[in-house]
Formats: sequence, structure tokens, C-alpha cells
Amino acid sequence: MPLRHKNYSVFRWKAVSDNIKIYIINMLEIKNLHANIEGKEILKGIDLKVNAGEIHAIMGPNGSGKSTLSSVLVGNPAFEVTEGEVLYNGKNLLELEPEDRSRAGIFLSFQYPVEIPGVSMVNFMRAAVNEHRKYKGLEPVSATDFLKLMREKRAIVELDNKLAGRSVNEGFSGGEKKRNEIFQMAMLEPKLSILDETDSGLDIDALRIVAKGVNEMRSSENATIVITHYQRLLEYIKPDFVHVLYNGRIVKSAGPELALELEKKGYDWIKEPETKA
Amino acid sequence: MQESNDILNDVTTSEYKYGFVTDIDTETIHKGLDEETVRIISAKKNEPEWLLEFRLKAYRHWLTLEMPTWPHLTIPPIDYQDIIYYAAPKQKEGPKSLDEVDPELLKTFDKLGIPLEEQKMLSGMAVDAVMDSVSVKTTFKEVLAEKGVIFSSFSEAVQHHPDLVQQYLGSVVSYRDNFFAALNSAVFSDGSFVYIPKGVRCPMELSTYFRINAANTGQFERTLIVAEDDSYVSYLEGCTAPMRDENQLHAAIVEIIAQTNAEVKYSTVQNWYPGDKEGKGGIYNFVTKRGLCKGDNSKISWTQVETGSAITWKYPSCILAGDNSVGEFYSVAVTNNYQQADTGTKMIHLGKNTRSRIVSKGISAGFSHNSYRGLVKISARAEGARNHSQCDSLLLSSTCGAHTYPYADVQNETAVIEHEATTSKISEEQLFYCQQRGISVEEAVGLIVNGYAKEVMNKLPMEFAVEAQKLLSISLEGSVG
Repeated sequence: MPLRHKNYSVFRWKAVSDNIKIYIINMLEIKNLHANIEGKEILKGIDLKVNAGEIHAIMGPNGSGKSTLSSVLVGNPAFEVTEGEVLYNGKNLLELEPEDRSRAGIFLSFQYPVEIPGVSMVNFMRAAVNEHRKYKGLEPVSATDFLKLMREKRAIVELDNKLAGRSVNEGFSGGEKKRNEIFQMAMLEPKLSILDETDSGLDIDALRIVAKGVNEMRSSENATIVITHYQRLLEYIKPDFVHVLYNGRIVKSAGPELALELEKKGYDWIKEPETKA
Repeated sequence: MQESNDILNDVTTSEYKYGFVTDIDTETIHKGLDEETVRIISAKKNEPEWLLEFRLKAYRHWLTLEMPTWPHLTIPPIDYQDIIYYAAPKQKEGPKSLDEVDPELLKTFDKLGIPLEEQKMLSGMAVDAVMDSVSVKTTFKEVLAEKGVIFSSFSEAVQHHPDLVQQYLGSVVSYRDNFFAALNSAVFSDGSFVYIPKGVRCPMELSTYFRINAANTGQFERTLIVAEDDSYVSYLEGCTAPMRDENQLHAAIVEIIAQTNAEVKYSTVQNWYPGDKEGKGGIYNFVTKRGLCKGDNSKISWTQVETGSAITWKYPSCILAGDNSVGEFYSVAVTNNYQQADTGTKMIHLGKNTRSRIVSKGISAGFSHNSYRGLVKISARAEGARNHSQCDSLLLSSTCGAHTYPYADVQNETAVIEHEATTSKISEEQLFYCQQRGISVEEAVGLIVNGYAKEVMNKLPMEFAVEAQKLLSISLEGSVG
């Protein structure tokens, strides 16, 4: 029996076997998204669909709007959405408070993780995990279970135990901060992860560890958007789709081969959109 | 492990929780202050002649004084003739057992989370509950008496241990000390008295809970703690008041004497009614607290969490007279809305190798003003004295003010004193980072503030620390955003 919904476009068909097809809801659907910061238009009509199980890479030169896109998706109040809509599992994402977006499963690995002196990683993560649990109607996690969870997830990104005892990001090296982001991602088990320039400032070993962490968490249930300037990270995290963002619009979308082409040719050959993604 | 989250989750209302009024018959005397008032109070308490003399001398001295104008505070004029100086819940003279205490009173303290029934209490704490001008009930007296510890209301101590009271009363804070000290010395009504004999480690935390209930009444209590050689005591003080539109005056004195090798820890969670969001009402808290490290190797430690009062004027201090004696001051002062606080400490180094440590954490929000004022004085004969001061200010709004007035007076070249100060603000970026992890703004502020104040909170006894953490969050609810 076909499902009915006023936003037909959020559904797509998926074959689960030769003769059974089911409707799948798009995890994320961005339609004609325009956004400003301090009155200046940065996003000028973004269209993008992301489904569970997919990894999307968004590439583009500096100033093209990559970080703005991630900020808008997680509800950073510094940005103002002026037009368009974003649906997350069929619901209007833009009307949710930032903390509710997080609880609903959207995670941002920050390009510049923020230091919070005086607040230990343990207390910070426990507050976050318990909020997520409360949102799902679960009891707060016990101290023992929590510490066990911390241990398990820390191992994924080879994060030192000492870092977990320190204040949030305070005194962490650049690489440690990024690993700490992926550690938090592992703790919160998001549905949609957005990695904003996670590779910047990482040496090759740290890059490998971060990528390994992301890959381990990959499943058919969750999706990842990787925002990056360089193709380097995509050698480790294989995208299903690559989009090129230029001047506030997605000007080109293709498979992973596009990343290689960009690496070879640079961004200069991309000017105005030829076809809409 | 401290479940700070659970504590924050518990907090559901930003209203002052303790603002209720107990409906109980109260015996009050006439408004206003003159010699007659002083005599009436003294007579009501059946005091010995020397104490009446002490009061009268204080009163006469007070008449020559004016309110201090040096604090960074805007204090509306106070009509001292419009205040009632004595109010007592009507009950039988000095209830012997709990059955004799008015059930309304028991209910009040129950509501405040201070059960006076001993079997219900945390075994580690004895409580003296003071409502308006008199002590309602002191728990665990007998248990303490076995060790020779005296813990009673001040009035009882005057009756039963007049020599001790006479010996020490006013020996640390003279009635000539300041305007409010003189006022208190003239009209003080009750408070707590603690005496720890030589070599005794007090087996439980001692606690006094002060409650103002009656309207138009000032509360003037007096606490005297004497710790003999080689003794130890940890003392806690808590306070609340009903929400009223008019301001009420609270002017207390705390005196501590620590003899050789004695240690006294004094912790306060001050939660007097701070006034409403527009700054209407609230308690004026003008308090003189001072400890004398009289003997060598003695130690006095003040820890205070100040969240209440419309205006706070308070400088818990240490006179380090004994050689190698130690003074400590740990403070978190929170001001929100239109609250004003001018608080800090004085560390007076007299003895050799005396050490002091000051950690002051100010948190300001709304339109409030929060000042740290501290004096470190090293006298000429205080060879090898050391002081470390750390004064941090955290600002939560752009309309509040944080001020630091550190004074140092060093007369001995061998002294080492250090002063560190920081000012910080909770940034939008920090709050957003927390939100992105699922933590709401209010909760994020709680986390950050509690993290910021942790160094001081860690100094509080466990039961108090939990209470104090809650208080911090409540006091700052709605202050960001």
C-alpha cells in the first residue's frame, strides 16, 4: 500500500529484494537553501538529498559556503536562513533548537572545537549522553556503564585516558581536538554526521585514526557529510557522492571520481552551474 | 561521584524556593532603637549585668558612628528606628524535647530541608535552628556533651557557661570594630555557641540554620566558636528568608578563636532572599566575620557560597597571630538581576611563617555588581609570611559589573605575596558547542559555572556541596540568552 504524504519528494523507492520495493524517506533534504551572515548572503540556493547509508563529500574553494552550510544545518544562531527549507526525516529541521537537532541525531565535528575551561570531558559527555537518553525516554546512564562506554569509544580514536579527565578541549593539540570530536561522535552515535574540515591541521597518522573511527561507525542506518577542501581525506573515507560548492551553490555532483578530477585540475574550471544536482 | 547533571535536572524553577512565611504567633517588641530597646532585649534573655553593660557600651558607641560609605555598593538609606529588634516565635521557654517545639516551627524547618528530628537527620551533623531572634532547637546536644563539646544557642551559653562567653565575647570582633558590629553588639538576640575542649576532634559537623520569618524585623545573631589546643571542628551555616517587598536587615557577627594546633573550618551557604527580578525587596546582609589564629600552628578556613541577599557586605577574615598559623578563604559570590555584593577577606599576618590563601570566584549576571575587596597585611615581625591570592571574575551579561580591589600592606621584606586575577565571559561559541552536543543553554551555563566554581565547592562538606551546586544553577537561571 503506497504511503501518502504531502511532501512526496521526501520519499524514494528502494528495492529490498527482487520483487519488493518500499518507500524510504530521505534522511536529509535541502531545498533552495539561502542563508546570510551579518546581512551578507553566503548560501544562494542549495539543493541536496542525503540518505541513510550514504557518505557525501562537499568540496569547494575557500569562501564557497561549505562551513556556512554545516553551521546552518546544526542551527548556529550566527547565521540566518532567508529562503528555502531543510527536511530531516521528513520534518522541518529549521524550526528545531540546536540542542534538539543534536538529540535527534545530527552531529557536527567542528572545524575549530571550542575550549571550555573547568568542565571536564567526563562531565561534559555525561551531560550530553544523558540528554540524548532523556530525549529517547531512557533513564540516565549509571556511572559504571558510562565510564565503560567512555573507555570503549575512546579506543576507537586512540584517545588518551588523560585527555578524558581534562577540561573540554583545553590544552589539546590540534590533532587531539579533532580526535576528540570523533570520540564525541562515537559516544553520541548520530544518524547524520557532518565533518567540517576534519582533516585540516591533521598529520597523516591522526588523519588515518580519524578516518578509521568514522569508517568503523559507518552503517546502513546513518549518513555522513564530509566537508573538505582537499581530496586527501577522501582517500580514507570513501564517499558515494561528491558535490562541488561554489559561490553558495552546488555546481556539480558526481561519484567519487569527481574528487580526483578536482585534485588534478583545481577549482578554477568550475564556474557557473551547468546542470542542477 | 558528584552527579552534577542530576542536580541540574532537579532544578525546575527559577523562583526563590524558600520565600514562604510561617504562620506562627510571634512575640515582638516595639519598633525602633534606644537604650530601652537594649535593656528589654537583655531582660528578655535574663542576662547577667556584665552583658547588659557590654550591650549598652556598644549602643552608645554605635550612636557615634555612621554607615560605611567606602564599599562599592548603593545602599538606600536605612531607617534604624523603623526596624523591630526582637521577634521570637511564641513557644515554651527553652523546649527540652522535640514534643515541646511548636509543630509549625518543625514544619518550617522540614520544608527548608532541615529536619530537627534526630533520627531523621544525617548522622554526621548536629543542627542549631534559629528563627528570627531565637534558637528553636539544637540537636545532638547530648551526644556532643559526652565528648565535652558545647554546642548550644548563644542565649543558653550565656546562662550555662557565662565565664566562657564573657572571656571570649568581643575578643575578636570588638564592638568598636565597625558600624554594624556595634549595632549587633547592642541588640544581638541569639546565635550559636561552640566550644571544643582540648584535644577533641568534634565527631560531627555542626550546623546553624538561620531563618528570618517575621516582617519588619532585623536579624542580629552572634556566633562564637572556641577551639582549644589540638582540637578540630567543622561548622556550617545556612540561611533563608521569606520573599517580601521591603528590605530586611541582617547584621551578624561571627567570632572564631583557634588555640595552638587547633583547626576550624567554617562553611557558609548564604541564600537570603535576593529580591525580585526588578531589584525590589531582599535582605541587606552586613556581616562581620573574623577568626583569630591565636595559637601556633592553628588554622582557620572560611568557605562561602554567596548567592542570596540584595546587598552583601562581608569580609570573613583571619588574624594570624600564632607562628606557622594558616588562614584560608574560599569564596564563590553570585550576583544576578540587581543584586550587589562587596565581599572578600582580610588576612592579617602577625606571627612568623604564617600562610594564607585566598581563592575568590565572582560570578555576575543581569544588572548586578560584584566586587572583591581584600587586604593582605604582613606586619613587621611576620618573618617568612606567605600569601597567595587568586581572584577570578566570570561575567554572564554585558550589563553587569565585576570589580576587584586587592590591597597589600607589607612591612616585612621576607614576605612573599602573590596575586593572580582573571576575568572571563561565557562565550556564545562555548554555549553553541554545548548545544550541538544536546546540552541546553541553561544546562550549559550550569556546567560551566559549576566547573568554574569547582575549586571552592570542593572545600565544602559533601552534603553542603550538593546543595550549593543546586543553588548556583538556580541563582543563574534565565541569566543568559
